[in-house]
Amino acid sequence: MLTIDRATYDGIVAHAKRDHPDEACGVVAGPEGSDRPERLVEMVNAAGSPTFYEFDSTDLFQLYKEMDQRDEEPVVVYHSHTATEAYPSRTDIGLASEPNAHYVLVSTRDCFNEDGGNNDAPVEFRSYRIVDGEVTEEEVIVVDELPARSN
Amino acid sequence: MAIEVRIPTILRNYTGGEKAVSADGASLSALIDDLEVNHPGIKDRLIENGDLRRFVNVYVNDEDVRFIGGLEAELSDGDQVVVLPAVAGG
Repeated sequence: MLTIDRATYDGIVAHAKRDHPDEACGVVAGPEGSDRPERLVEMVNAAGSPTFYEFDSTDLFQLYKEMDQRDEEPVVVYHSHTATEAYPSRTDIGLASEPNAHYVLVSTRDCFNEDGGNNDAPVEFRSYRIVDGEVTEEEVIVVDELPARSN
Repeated sequence: MAIEVRIPTILRNYTGGEKAVSADGASLSALIDDLEVNHPGIKDRLIENGDLRRFVNVYVNDEDVRFIGGLEAELSDGDQVVVLPAVAGG
């Protein structure tokens, strides 16, 4: 189960819409072991493609260095599909390398008409665990604010 | 000579859960061979057909090794090597 606050959820959706028809990608970092997605970090899709995404290698390094310094980990790794459903592709499964992360897939395929205009359909937002090639979908619970930290 | 190698979560099963291990080598290639001695199996996760795997990034002192010679990148005592799998998909 992924519990995520409304502002972060909306931020991911807005990022996906903004980058459509290219795939958008990023992480939500949180304290190590907390399972709390607290800090949305939009990343540039270095592939700049409607069918592929990849964090730029230098950006990736800076991101992990920063998370390391803050004792954070990527609680959520998200990207968008812009023409297909919000389900991990074979490539997504093969390259998934954060067994502790929630892999969020959003789909913007129904959000735009043929001319690229907005048709107000909702963005599909789903979450998965991807471990050793096994995909398990999980429930997404959107809350106004994450509960207070338990420590 | 000692070089600190930071290991990503996905490869820590080769290092007994350690986030960082120490290894030796005058080049990245030699360093990976040395890692393999103490952590058998790890080399195959980094190298494919004699080159770095496409979706594995290795950094020496903050620099992507692809820009500084790849497997031939030179290393010296005190360098820090970071391994990070690409975050990518389709």
